[in-house]
Amino acid sequence: MDFKMDEFHQDILDMVHEFAVNEVKPLAAEIDRTEEFPMENVKKMAQMGLLGIPFPEEYGGSGMDTLAYIQTVEELSKYCGTTGVIVSAHTSLCCTPIYQFGTEEQKKKYLPKLCSGEWLGAFALTEPNAGTDASGQQTVAVDAGDHWVLNGSKIFITNAGAADVFFVLAMTDKSQGTKGISAFIVEKGFEGFSIGKQEDKMGIRASSTCELVFEDCIVPKENLVGELGKGFKYAMMTLDGGRVGIAAQALGIAEGAIEETVKYVQERKQFGRRLSQFQNTQFELAQMKANTEAAKLLVYQAACAKDDHEAFSHKAAMAKLVASRNASDVTRRCLQLYGGYGYTKDYPIERMMRDAKITEIYEGTSEVQMMVISGWMGVK
Amino acid sequence: MNICVCMKQVPDTNEIKVDPVTHTLVRAGVPSIVNSFDTYAQEVGVRLKEKSGGKLIVLSMGPEQAKEAVKSCLAVGADAGYLISSRSFGGSDTLATSYILSQAIRAVEEKEGLKFDLILCGKQATDGDTAQVGPEIAEHLDLPQITYALDILEENGEILVKREYDAGYDMISTKLPAVITVVKLPYEPRYPTIKSKMAAKKKEIPVLTEADLPSIDLTLCGLNGSPTRVKKTFTPVREKNGVKLEGMEPTDAAKEVVKLLDDAKLL
Repeated sequence: MDFKMDEFHQDILDMVHEFAVNEVKPLAAEIDRTEEFPMENVKKMAQMGLLGIPFPEEYGGSGMDTLAYIQTVEELSKYCGTTGVIVSAHTSLCCTPIYQFGTEEQKKKYLPKLCSGEWLGAFALTEPNAGTDASGQQTVAVDAGDHWVLNGSKIFITNAGAADVFFVLAMTDKSQGTKGISAFIVEKGFEGFSIGKQEDKMGIRASSTCELVFEDCIVPKENLVGELGKGFKYAMMTLDGGRVGIAAQALGIAEGAIEETVKYVQERKQFGRRLSQFQNTQFELAQMKANTEAAKLLVYQAACAKDDHEAFSHKAAMAKLVASRNASDVTRRCLQLYGGYGYTKDYPIERMMRDAKITEIYEGTSEVQMMVISGWMGVK
Repeated sequence: MNICVCMKQVPDTNEIKVDPVTHTLVRAGVPSIVNSFDTYAQEVGVRLKEKSGGKLIVLSMGPEQAKEAVKSCLAVGADAGYLISSRSFGGSDTLATSYILSQAIRAVEEKEGLKFDLILCGKQATDGDTAQVGPEIAEHLDLPQITYALDILEENGEILVKREYDAGYDMISTKLPAVITVVKLPYEPRYPTIKSKMAAKKKEIPVLTEADLPSIDLTLCGLNGSPTRVKKTFTPVREKNGVKLEGMEPTDAAKEVVKLLDDAKLL
């Protein structure tokens, strides 16, 4: 299996690593506490070309592939899960569907500004009564002749408070079920559109997760994405890609936790010995490392499958299922090795444990991933 | 304004280890980076170039692997880069190195068909810590020099250097061309972009040897041209010879401390 870890990927990884250690890591605890969206770092990442990694240069992208993008999310997430998901939601959930399903005009209008970071993107599918059962969309879009009128609300939208462009799903024909759902590009300034309350979350606290409110929101005709009634299909395909991003975030969180814990157990002494000298510590960390490397293979496999234009839904689902459960498991076990200190905010491990949990929930819960995988296996 | 930045690739570590037998630096397993003061020289150079136009060219003397360091400068704004590398240059001390660099600067001017207005160096390399190469280049080229620059400003072709000293800073103007060595700037060097990194990766780095430096005197290069002799290089042994007085009353402990200091003839 070829993960294309050539010098180009290594170079990008080195570059992101340097940025993550110098700029992202020092802010992680602070933005977790203040919930302040790290806009300054997002702008710096934009300048480095990290907000449009897998898109062609003609649309302002960096012209690299999914693997390079995935490794970037992984590297950022080692030090800050919030920063990782900001890039993932922007890239996988807003830029990608516009690139994949948008008209040439939409691509030319939105992608260069999204890739350059002048605009930040978000994706809006989830509603108060349409979570895992995303087909139960209650936001409606009505054709008003020369424009669309959207009414309804979305919740748990990552990047919402900082975003300029939203990829929004809404019901255009209720009688058609999921085939009556369509996709729209909504700009922050559109009449009748507003950002609702920001969630006070357990983890990834600075990712500006908010409600979106549509009150007779006017959306130009040309902002319908792709074909009428194909929105649900587009959303599901988009989430396949998004899951690789979240899997990479989970992978990064686990790697970051192991890195911190390895340092800690070599310093902390109990019973006259370093914690690292106890066999329990050695075996715990060895098992965690092995599990994390196994998750990494799944994540990179899914990224490469996407790059090779293979069917990758099941690979993305397996990567996310395994990597996210591993992240929760690893951060919990690492915290245990820290003991009481790990439970305090003086150390990063409790934050990592809180950040890890969401990876088992958003962009499809672990249960949804298992539905995808078993469906692919023919176990029905 | 055409600018030359002289840069050195150094081991990325604060804890340099020395081989106890050969007395040379242990480089195995230590990643190499661009000397941090040189990254500031490069950054201020790129800013001057962006403001007033011209070309910025990076020169580095070192082994083949230093091409990577040259490329990393290309990724953050240098227009071209040269590696100066030859067996005859190996073992050069600062005097020989600065001589070779000054010869290379002239040769590159010839090759590129330009004259450098500014030659920028980091104040010193983090491995050797001599801070000699920059000033010596100025001497070899018979150019004015300003060391310890905190910032370099340009107004209508005039250069103004903010120079650090203990109690504050001077503002110094200079005729051009000039050599300036740079300390830590008030701003950080920029990060590369994915595109600039990829473009730099694909570039060929030309290597200059003595064959490309027509007027070079080889007796002034390498070990032969180096008056400096390293007598001994060693890692200082960290000894714990402190005395801990435990389980004593404070007054007794104080008396004991005085006795110890007295015995050691420190009082």
